[in-house]
Amino acid sequence: MSTGLAPEVGSELVTARLRLGRWEMLRRRPLWLLTGGLVLLLCSLVAGIVLGNVPVAPDQTLAILAHRLLGWSGPVTWTPAAETIVMELRLPRVLTAMAVGTGLALAGAVLQGLLRNPLADPYVLGTASGAALGAAIALLVPIQVAVLGLGLLHILAFTGALLAVWLVYRLSGGASAGSLTSVLLTGYAVGSLLAAGIALAMYLSGANLRQIFFYLLGSFATASWQQLLVGLPLVAAGSVLILTRARSLNALLLGEETALHLGLDVRRERGILLTLASLVTAASVALAGLIGFVGLVVPHVVRIAVGPNARAVLPLAAVFGASFLVLADLVARIPGEVPVGIITAVVGAPFFLSLLRRFRSGYEL
Amino acid sequence: MSPGLGVEFRGVGLAYGDRRVLHDIDLTVAPGERVCLIGPNGAGKSSLLRCLVGTADGRQGAVLLDGVPLEESSRESLARRMAVVPGQVQLPFATRVEEVVGLGRLPHEHPLLGPRPVDRIAVLRAMERVGVAHLAGRDARELSLGERQLVVLAMAVAQGGGLLILDEPTVHLDLRHQVEVMSLLADLNARDGTTVLAVLHDLPLAMQSFPRLVLLDHGRIVADGPPRDVITPERVRDVYGVDARFVPGIG
Repeated sequence: MSTGLAPEVGSELVTARLRLGRWEMLRRRPLWLLTGGLVLLLCSLVAGIVLGNVPVAPDQTLAILAHRLLGWSGPVTWTPAAETIVMELRLPRVLTAMAVGTGLALAGAVLQGLLRNPLADPYVLGTASGAALGAAIALLVPIQVAVLGLGLLHILAFTGALLAVWLVYRLSGGASAGSLTSVLLTGYAVGSLLAAGIALAMYLSGANLRQIFFYLLGSFATASWQQLLVGLPLVAAGSVLILTRARSLNALLLGEETALHLGLDVRRERGILLTLASLVTAASVALAGLIGFVGLVVPHVVRIAVGPNARAVLPLAAVFGASFLVLADLVARIPGEVPVGIITAVVGAPFFLSLLRRFRSGYEL
Repeated sequence: MSPGLGVEFRGVGLAYGDRRVLHDIDLTVAPGERVCLIGPNGAGKSSLLRCLVGTADGRQGAVLLDGVPLEESSRESLARRMAVVPGQVQLPFATRVEEVVGLGRLPHEHPLLGPRPVDRIAVLRAMERVGVAHLAGRDARELSLGERQLVVLAMAVAQGGGLLILDEPTVHLDLRHQVEVMSLLADLNARDGTTVLAVLHDLPLAMQSFPRLVLLDHGRIVADGPPRDVITPERVRDVYGVDARFVPGIG
């Protein structure tokens, strides 16, 4: 009897292991994955600075960086034009892509966990439409304003995104008993309303249509140090604060009621997490327009790899979101400025689909 | 688990809209007591628990934990002192049993650094005590309903605290596990002094396993005391509308 039972019990254990994920080794060692991600990010950043339409030799590029950033005092072998390209165009551009990738991936991870909805992304609560409407208005109004090197477009996009979330939050009952479903549906309704405003703005825009359209697709082509100096601290501060709330997101894994039993002040935490995610998203869309897909897919890919523990998911989403956008932007500018949102979808969607096919039975949010 | 905490309900009332589910409930559970709430469906047992764990909106009256009104403590401090085993828990995907049990340590772990060795030890101890140590490494969602229930119980034991609150902890369990859970509750109560407050539907099990029963009906306490005094054939007929001959162990 016992010999008949043993293999059965054994095979049961084996299937249980497999269902936990093909990447069991990574699940147990998320730090390895994080180290790998950081190396990938570093390589992407270097590639993003070295490669481009105007050829600047890699050794010269690195020399320029060493000279300007590290105070290296070697012989100057490069042209002033090369220095401008590296320092004023490519460096702020890759850093902006890194910041936006981090911000969107983290905001997506937070909103998916908070709303317990796999379709949640950074834009789910109206931020996208709010920012786009703000940007469209800025492009239509014939006023030029510049504060701290930021144009009206950035300011209105940022404000529009935050106002939209605030509206959704208030309309859905805010911190009080508003159910998650009602928050989501309110977000959808407000987003649709604002989208009508964007359509109207585009209809009235005439010659500015192309610019609005460009904003909707997202791009890092206009990245500059001035924008980055305002946007980066916002994204960085928001991201760090999000990383400190891993415990809250873990408590929410078992639903809001159990989270309460585990000591989470669910209403307060909902407000905090929504605020942080919205702030980071608003700063990101003000910097680069509406780049889709990163905030939806990166958190899912990371969860498929390491499971739902937020302590692993959040830092990994940040690092891989950053690498993904830096690389996508590199691909976007090599043929001559394709909007990066097209690249993220064209490259990301097939990859994500193949991953989902493999894990379709095991993955749930 | 740490030494028992007392609970006091003072004039507690609750209504869902126009429908009153609790009327002016006064109930004191002393530190280290083991009390079971019983009563027919809709009697208000779970609602009373909800008033204690903080998931009921618009409660009237006062609920005191260790003599202090609930409102004066933060959620985190409450979670360190009382653990709740809810009727239903949705489990996350691809999470090992020990990781689910580990969630019980959230109110204790460092908010930034995460679980410490002491938390891991508490998880292992709780799993052994509840008898789910052999499930370590399994995907929690692949467990049977009964095994899940035990895992959630282990989570509450890992959470610790002087008060353990259970809403129907035995519904999906087979006879052996029912008995084991009941003796675990008795053991936590006797050895650690943990106060246990449970809701059970199984009258014979409640009578056998709890020294004190509180019978609720239509949102009021009908009887309170040792099982033999609370469960009489007349009460079973009045409250449940059932001839006591159909209930084993009574009549």
